[in-house]
Amino acid sequence: PAPPRLAGLGYGSLWLRLTVTPVGTSGFSQCVREQWEEVPQLGESRFGSLWPLPQNVVISPVAFMLRSSSFQIVHSAESSAGPGCSILQSAFRRYFEYMFGYTKNQGGNTKKGQDSEVTELQVWITSADSECDAYPSVTSDESCEFPEPMNFLIFFTCFLFACFYTPLLLLGLETFSQLVYEDQYGAKKINKTDVQDFPRFAHRGLLLDSSRHFLPVKVILANLEAMAMNKYNVFHWHIVDDNSFPYESTVFPDLSRKGAYHPYTHIYTPTDVKMVIEFARMRGIRVISEFDTPGHTQSWGKGQMDLLTSCYSGENPTGSFGPVNPILNSTYDFMAKFFKEVSLVFPDTYIHLGGDEVDFTCWKSNPDIQAFMQEHGFDKDFKKLESYYIQKLLDIVGSTKKGYMIWQEVFDNGVKVRPDTVVEVWMGSNYQEELQNVTAAGFSTILSAPWYLDYISYGQDWQRYYKVEPLAFKGTDAQKKLVIGGEACLWGEYVDATNLTPRLWPRASAVAERLWSNQNVTDVGDAYNRLTQHRCRMVARGIPAEPLFVGYCDQEYKGL
Amino acid sequence: THTHWILFMFLLTLQRVAPGGEAGVWPMPRKMSEGSERYALHPQGFSFRYGRDSSAQLGCSVLDAAFRRYFALCFPENTVETDRLSVSAGHGELTANTVWGALRGESHFRDLIIRLSRNLFLKIEDFPRFQYRGILLDTSRHFLPVRTILKTLDVMAYNKFNVLHWHVVDDPSFPYQSQSFPDLSNKGAFHPQSHVYTQADIRKMVSHARLRGIRIIPEFDSPGHTQSWGKGQPGLLTPCYKGLHPSGTFGPVNPTLSTNYNFMGRLLKEVSTLFPDPYIHLGGDEVDFSCWKSNPDVRMFMKKMGFGTDYGKLGSLYFKNMMNIIETLNKTSVVWQDVFDYHSSPKSLDVVEVWKAGCYMCEVRRVTAAGVRVILASPWYLDQPGPTHEWSRFYTVRPLAFTGTEHQKRLLIGGEVCLWGEYVDGTNLAPLLWPRASAAAERLWSDEAQTSSVSQAYPRLAAFRCKLLRRGVQAQPLFVGHCKHEYEDL
Repeated sequence: PAPPRLAGLGYGSLWLRLTVTPVGTSGFSQCVREQWEEVPQLGESRFGSLWPLPQNVVISPVAFMLRSSSFQIVHSAESSAGPGCSILQSAFRRYFEYMFGYTKNQGGNTKKGQDSEVTELQVWITSADSECDAYPSVTSDESCEFPEPMNFLIFFTCFLFACFYTPLLLLGLETFSQLVYEDQYGAKKINKTDVQDFPRFAHRGLLLDSSRHFLPVKVILANLEAMAMNKYNVFHWHIVDDNSFPYESTVFPDLSRKGAYHPYTHIYTPTDVKMVIEFARMRGIRVISEFDTPGHTQSWGKGQMDLLTSCYSGENPTGSFGPVNPILNSTYDFMAKFFKEVSLVFPDTYIHLGGDEVDFTCWKSNPDIQAFMQEHGFDKDFKKLESYYIQKLLDIVGSTKKGYMIWQEVFDNGVKVRPDTVVEVWMGSNYQEELQNVTAAGFSTILSAPWYLDYISYGQDWQRYYKVEPLAFKGTDAQKKLVIGGEACLWGEYVDATNLTPRLWPRASAVAERLWSNQNVTDVGDAYNRLTQHRCRMVARGIPAEPLFVGYCDQEYKGL
Repeated sequence: THTHWILFMFLLTLQRVAPGGEAGVWPMPRKMSEGSERYALHPQGFSFRYGRDSSAQLGCSVLDAAFRRYFALCFPENTVETDRLSVSAGHGELTANTVWGALRGESHFRDLIIRLSRNLFLKIEDFPRFQYRGILLDTSRHFLPVRTILKTLDVMAYNKFNVLHWHVVDDPSFPYQSQSFPDLSNKGAFHPQSHVYTQADIRKMVSHARLRGIRIIPEFDSPGHTQSWGKGQPGLLTPCYKGLHPSGTFGPVNPTLSTNYNFMGRLLKEVSTLFPDPYIHLGGDEVDFSCWKSNPDVRMFMKKMGFGTDYGKLGSLYFKNMMNIIETLNKTSVVWQDVFDYHSSPKSLDVVEVWKAGCYMCEVRRVTAAGVRVILASPWYLDQPGPTHEWSRFYTVRPLAFTGTEHQKRLLIGGEVCLWGEYVDGTNLAPLLWPRASAAAERLWSDEAQTSSVSQAYPRLAAFRCKLLRRGVQAQPLFVGHCKHEYEDL
């Protein structure tokens, strides 16, 4: 859905496009030379470096020491999770290392348990089923509430926090680690703090595109790590597209063998995919795969004969191909087998089916399709043909017991879809009107239109993403409830491992706070102060997040 | 000048190579003729040697180091073995007037090897279009770790850049650690220990650059852009006034005090010994006169000197004094175009750097008409991001397309890519710089007529960018596509 997704054009025509302003992106120009936003004055936030800002937080001036030699993160006795919970065990170690680095035994051997020292962080899963071995789901967040006695509590020597389910508890650990700071002597401290927290939106997603450029697994994992730091909980993996098919299918191995940039070095093997899913699970992140059809499928055609429509010029095939051929039974046999595999490989309850930017010209040119149209009484309305295809596809995917997400065109074209379909709104112009229409029709929706991070401009464009209010459309409360979240999209035309991470962070952090924090958290100045520190924290944790403006971090980026 | 003969010995292996594919030679050499035969190089059989009649021989530090470096680049560990058809011994020759020429000619030789797809007896005649091919890095707005700068120098060499214009200090921070005035960085750096360049750091950079044929020109920008200087050197900056009282803020260097020139003299003397290059950049851009105007002492001085209300004359006076200092240090000074614009005797300037947007060619014409040398930077401000296909914007610049005599054109000594630091630090510098700066590199090196087509350059640049990835450079993609070896780090 990124406007500059230019299907099937070779380099020869590239240069024509250089001056073309993408369609449907009013307000975004590809390179805005003037300063976009004002540069706020940098100062200290009363909320320190917390990002995204919790729903309720009171930080008292009373500070406690934390020492790596004595501090421990443990399961509380009442918790339904214990040392057998590998998600939490891994998270304990990860956050211990974030907080203390890899140095052990700093602070000498003063007696354990001084009044001013926190020696324990107890975590407590209150639900009977901790979900330790489950995959995070769309309900993991929503069911989690923090009744009064269950927020962060201060005891004399330990912090306790509790949460209903495991995934949100991971986010609590993140919050805790963000509260730890160094005093002027380099000692770790944490202030007495009261936090009650829950996300504003259940779906906080990030789209990465591994088709236009192949993204090595290492880069994907690093960005999952950064997502956890920003409380993102959905990785929308736009895994294949026109340009390449890096997903290695066990049922149809030719798809990647012939459709990937390279059949060995530029693919995701089943093991790679498992690794990504497990790495994400350990961080409370869902992986929703997108297999976009019927358009954006040029690369599919290389490994699957007759899947795509032959385009015609007059009476003769031109040798080029268009969208998936919707009139052949073989197409649906293929899709059934393929999506069966996909539904088993990706455990999440949702699959993204794409459905954007279907170009009808090739269908129009094909005599078999013309005949089929006539036969079915579609007249010249190719939207009906698209509907025909999508409905058959939805039936196929529905039979795998998965829910599905689609891009907004499917809705716009009047395709009949199941009522629990999630519609993703991506088109830049009038997205509020679209939200209004989609929710009025009773569909859940995800907003990504204002958060296309592949558009870059000079200066602090994070403010533009920050200032978006997703519910600012006209509609009833019931309609607003149907907006289940949003997604930051980083399309891959100009992005690969070399520049993905600094381009994404901390710009995607702005979106993260909008999706997590309370609607009334809109103070850009305060956000700037916190985000500057949050960015430095990401850098210290090894994420090359680019600077917001002039300045420095105590610990500059060590990589490269 | 001396002639250097460098002889390459290698096993010559005729072999089948798939046709097609660009070798990614960048920037384009002047003349290159390709034979149809292909030869393979084997690490066991290949060596770099000095020619018998070469005036440079073993012990020439620059070339000795270059041989080792380029050998490693030619034969990465996992070089794929290929079938041999027949083997015979052969050699290639590279002739250059100086070691620096040899370095850059050699770059081409290496380019041809990596793909094992070019005739080694091909003739390359090559020389740069402009003698000054620079990159500006800004270490004041963000501190750039030494390692980041060293790595950038490596990539500059691959692109045949030969000048690092180091904008060391500016308003936000003063990371240069001075021996004579340690307080400048103690108080003016972001952090006095972790965010400074020690003298040892600088010597290391200068030597690293020298081995790659790169000059480092330091810039100590004054009298404006000096807020960070004031923290460690009381009395240096002009106190601004509000009415009759100092406002507590400070403006540019106070040009009325002789103590300030003494300070500058001592600082620049230290700088000039640390940086061997004959050029020093004195800055001089964006001097805000309003603080000078507000200060009663400065006004009094203006009156005494008979300057009226022309603060440009005060700026001129400041630069006359600064240039006297530079002259006693036997250095050549470079200044930003602002100095030329307000200077009362602009012809006295040595080198002027044109940076402002708008009709920069008009400025180039004016400066060269005054007989002053020019470095052109305006069209190559890279810090403004954008999708990388912008590279064509940097590529299609025509630096000599101004009306002027032959003599005037010769006064344009080169150009410079500027990556200012507002939004740039070690996290994103490399992808912002490469391969966009490569576009400018070719413009400054190659023949314009041979390299005027963006669409012809595109596949070559894309191949060169993949080559950069292979060498571990974080060069961002030009557009959709892939490289055989992708960048694997973060």
